[in-house]
Amino acid sequence: MANAKGSAFLLAGGTDLLVRMKSGAIDPELIVDIKRIPATQAITKTASGFKIGAGVPCAQLGRDAALVKAWPGVVEAANLIGSDQVQGRCTVAGNLCNASPAADSVPAMVAARAKAAIVGAGGRRSVAVEKVVTGPGRTSLEKGEFIEAIVLPTPAPKSGDAYLRFTPRTEMDIAVCSAAVNLTLGPKGVVTAARVVLGAVAPTVVLVPAAAKAIIGSTLDDDALANLAAACEAACAPIDDKRGTVEFRTEVAGVLARRAAKLAYERAGGK
Amino acid sequence: MTLDTQFTDQKFKLVGSRPDRPDGVDKVTGRARYGADASAPGQLVGAILRSPHAHAKIKKIDTSKAEKLKGVKAVITSADLPDLTNGNRGNYDILENCMARGRALYDGHAVAAVAAIDAETARRALSLISVDYKVLPHVTDVDAAMRSNAPIVQPHVRTAGGEPSDKPTNIAQISTFGHGDVEAGFAKADKIVEKSYKTEQTHQGYIEPHACLATVGPDGQGELWVTTQGHYTFRNLCASLLGMDIAKLKVTSSEIGGGFGGKTHVWMEPLALALSRKANRPVKLVMSREDVFRASGPTSSTSMDIKIGCTNDGRITAATATLRYQDGAFPGIWGMLGAMTAFACYDLENVQSVGYDVLVNRPKVAAYRAPSAPMAAFGVESTIDLLAAELNMDAVEFRLLNAAKEGTKASYGPTYGPIGIGPTLEAVKNHPHMHAPLGKNQGRGMACGFWFNFGGQTCTDLNIGVDGTVNMTVGTVDVGGARASLSLIAAEELGIPYEHVKCNIGDTASLGHNDTTEGSRGTFSSGMATIFAARNAIEELKSRAAKTWDIDPEEVDWVDGEAVAKGVEHSNLGPLSLAQIAKASPNTGGPIAGHSETVADGAGVSFASHICDVEVDPETGSTRVVRYTVVQDAGKAIHPDYVEGQFQGGAAQGIGWALNEEYIYGEDGRLQNPGFLDYRIPVCSDLPFIDTEILEIPNPNHPYGIRGVGETSIVPPLAAIANAVSNAAGVRMDHIPMSPPRIRKAIKAEAAMHQEVSAG
Ligand SMILES: Cc1cc2nc3c(=O)[nH]c(=O)nc-3n(C[C@H](O)[C@H](O)[C@H](O)COP(=O)(O)OP(=O)(O)OC[C@H]3O[C@@H](n4cnc5c(N)ncnc54)[C@H](O)[C@@H]3O)c2cc1C
Repeated sequence: MANAKGSAFLLAGGTDLLVRMKSGAIDPELIVDIKRIPATQAITKTASGFKIGAGVPCAQLGRDAALVKAWPGVVEAANLIGSDQVQGRCTVAGNLCNASPAADSVPAMVAARAKAAIVGAGGRRSVAVEKVVTGPGRTSLEKGEFIEAIVLPTPAPKSGDAYLRFTPRTEMDIAVCSAAVNLTLGPKGVVTAARVVLGAVAPTVVLVPAAAKAIIGSTLDDDALANLAAACEAACAPIDDKRGTVEFRTEVAGVLARRAAKLAYERAGGK
Repeated sequence: MTLDTQFTDQKFKLVGSRPDRPDGVDKVTGRARYGADASAPGQLVGAILRSPHAHAKIKKIDTSKAEKLKGVKAVITSADLPDLTNGNRGNYDILENCMARGRALYDGHAVAAVAAIDAETARRALSLISVDYKVLPHVTDVDAAMRSNAPIVQPHVRTAGGEPSDKPTNIAQISTFGHGDVEAGFAKADKIVEKSYKTEQTHQGYIEPHACLATVGPDGQGELWVTTQGHYTFRNLCASLLGMDIAKLKVTSSEIGGGFGGKTHVWMEPLALALSRKANRPVKLVMSREDVFRASGPTSSTSMDIKIGCTNDGRITAATATLRYQDGAFPGIWGMLGAMTAFACYDLENVQSVGYDVLVNRPKVAAYRAPSAPMAAFGVESTIDLLAAELNMDAVEFRLLNAAKEGTKASYGPTYGPIGIGPTLEAVKNHPHMHAPLGKNQGRGMACGFWFNFGGQTCTDLNIGVDGTVNMTVGTVDVGGARASLSLIAAEELGIPYEHVKCNIGDTASLGHNDTTEGSRGTFSSGMATIFAARNAIEELKSRAAKTWDIDPEEVDWVDGEAVAKGVEHSNLGPLSLAQIAKASPNTGGPIAGHSETVADGAGVSFASHICDVEVDPETGSTRVVRYTVVQDAGKAIHPDYVEGQFQGGAAQGIGWALNEEYIYGEDGRLQNPGFLDYRIPVCSDLPFIDTEILEIPNPNHPYGIRGVGETSIVPPLAAIANAVSNAAGVRMDHIPMSPPRIRKAIKAEAAMHQEVSAG
């Protein structure tokens, strides 16, 4: 791939790549299919967490009981992509590398502190998922580099994550806005750590430390939730387009963050 | 043969049962052949270049580079389609819509087409055609188009039905219906509600795109395989636009993957024929989804003012509607149909509806299932609900009190015979759905709807094989299970099993003219022709039996599929079955057939009432339909499965239209969402199971009492859902689709108003 003269693309599930080729948006010179490489095909449980091979279809994430238990939010995000048919092909690495601001699995992966294991002619490196996408359709991968796996840490005890998106349809739709929350509880149900991430409200997903701060130290009471929503709204920089207005996206991002936080809180064992 | 079309209350053995449809196995196994499934030796691939501008003068088209590209066999522009319409403006509009003639009138208007050896070459050829446009100001909004300073879409148009004027206008037609004195009626009213509404443009959303395979030889003979609702209409139009003889163009209708009115018109078929004629090779032309959205025929967007007044005891004293419907770039009758249908459900002393047909720079509007009625019903039925609320009266009771009945003079002119609006309302009133408890954030709504239905020219041929099975050929395209229903009718008449009948859709060479399958006419009119054809065959069967027995045909009866000799003097003659007579037919006079060519008059008007429960998320404006019930008068349900299917399909399309579907145009007049991702028709998980209740109030003008059922079911949903959403959200929704941002905005505006009121 490093030596390709024209444009070279990796093919994972192809649910973005083939669509773009068919519409005439891209005309690749070289396509490399990674699905037959055994190493890309497995979800492996390691001492430090999970390694999801770059060829693993999203449907497989939902069938991995250990993964579902550890990262229900990441799995539910991956299992919102498209439909059963699409999930039978598509991958989370592909979702990330397609670099759409509305990609469903990305906010959840960022909230989960996932890392991308990148390999290229120059060797291997590991990069936080939020560092991979630099803008709509753009990534920080060098020519010839690709992601071989997505690596998720082992969640801290008493943690929970959740992902919610807003779409007018129940499926086969693209997020108008979305929110992922990953949090950890201390004694008495007090939030001790949190990551709040929004999707489809800016050119890339947005990690909102102010929103995390709004709930850390709280038991997710109404005030804390209101502050969380306000912090999320303040972090939104969306566009007006056929999928939603600035006003609507901003408002609903706050609503979803609130709801996702509650869900994550319950999953962490909070009451 | 006497054609007695009167309803006779015949007792049925098969009609009303639910056997499998004969086209089912082919469809579920993928063997069925749709528009894009035909191919011919030497076939070329056609492709169309479309205007990126909403409105532009075409100064010059240079096709020379494309013509020189290797593999390109023909390039056409409007110059290859000379005007043969002979002053027929309707046909000229069709010709101009198929291919721009000096001006592009909407984003997506065809300007040139190519035929090449493969898709890649065709695509490259399109990119080599250079079109020199002078972009003109455009208008896409119906209200904006009516303003006196609006850009003019069709300079020759003057308002039909308006004040005579020499000034160009976008108002192509004004149609007024009604009776009585509305001023006097409003003066008598205790309560009056007046409100304005808007609906956005929607597409029928059929899954199969337009597709055809065209062959025209140098001898002037041609064939067209095409997905269509009316191959005879397509044949006549294409032949006339291309200067061919009707008899020399054979059109075959493929299986159809949905039409809902959108396949009653030609869009690119004349171009495929013109390309084939020029290339002297078969040409296959298949629209992309984007082409379908940009350049076929969606339904109107509208803007409406409705005013209804009533007395304190709930009698409507007067009603008016001003309905502004957008026709796209060519004059249509959509505002007129809106005005005709608006108040058809009610018995009104003083009523007036005025429809405006307005031109804009959007694709030509086509029929969409009960065209124009759903929008008018949305305005009227929402206003009726508001009035019932003002009266503190139950919305169903209020409608029942004012419902049309036998003898009512309809607002659009005729006096009704026996009709179903009252019975559907009674059924709704007594339906358990109407009395089920509602959950948090849930609301219930109901609404009524009307559609005319249509009959028209129809032929059926019925040929009896020597084994006693029956091959039947009809000319109405089967869009919803008609082959099953028509087979049931033939079997019923002949007295043979359903499985012994095979129903085919004939091509244009095998039958006389049949009108398009539109106006819910398929089972009504072909059903009638099938009854007559079967009875015609029975006459022949009887005469063959008489011949066998050597008695007078007058002495033969047809009973349960057998010829029976009448009278004691023939008691020695055992009955002869259809199969026995058929077997002997080579020696009794040859093949046995029956046929019918008729104009099926007397289509029965049809009414429906729908109930809908929704749940609205007040924080996001998202709506989920949690329960839905359709009650509709079918006249007679020949095959209840497919009647229910039509009821459910109309409701499903109505739900999409009410909640999310809309054409979104940019400031530049370009369609922003020409695909199923951003033009959101519902997916399965968006819909609840749709309950149905079939009422059978016989149409007096059909032997079996059939009314059409295909269209009425899409009329009430916009209104029923709007009433439900308004009840759930606590704010009246007056703009369709009720998309989440619109609902959120309305909830916020309502809250702000309350705050202001309580602060003030
Ligand atoms: C019908 C439909 C519905 C959809 N719905 C959704 C949805 O709800 N939510 C959503 O987020 N997306 C949706 N998508 C988009 C798409 O399915 C997802 O983005 C999916 O996760 C892409 O994964 P893939 O494996 O198919 O990627 P591919 O198409 O194989 O690749 C996408 C891009 O990433 C590159 N790439 C892939 N893998 C790697 C790698 N390991 N290293 C480097 N580059 C790589 C490819 O070269 C390509 O440029 C939908 C698509 C379709 C067709």
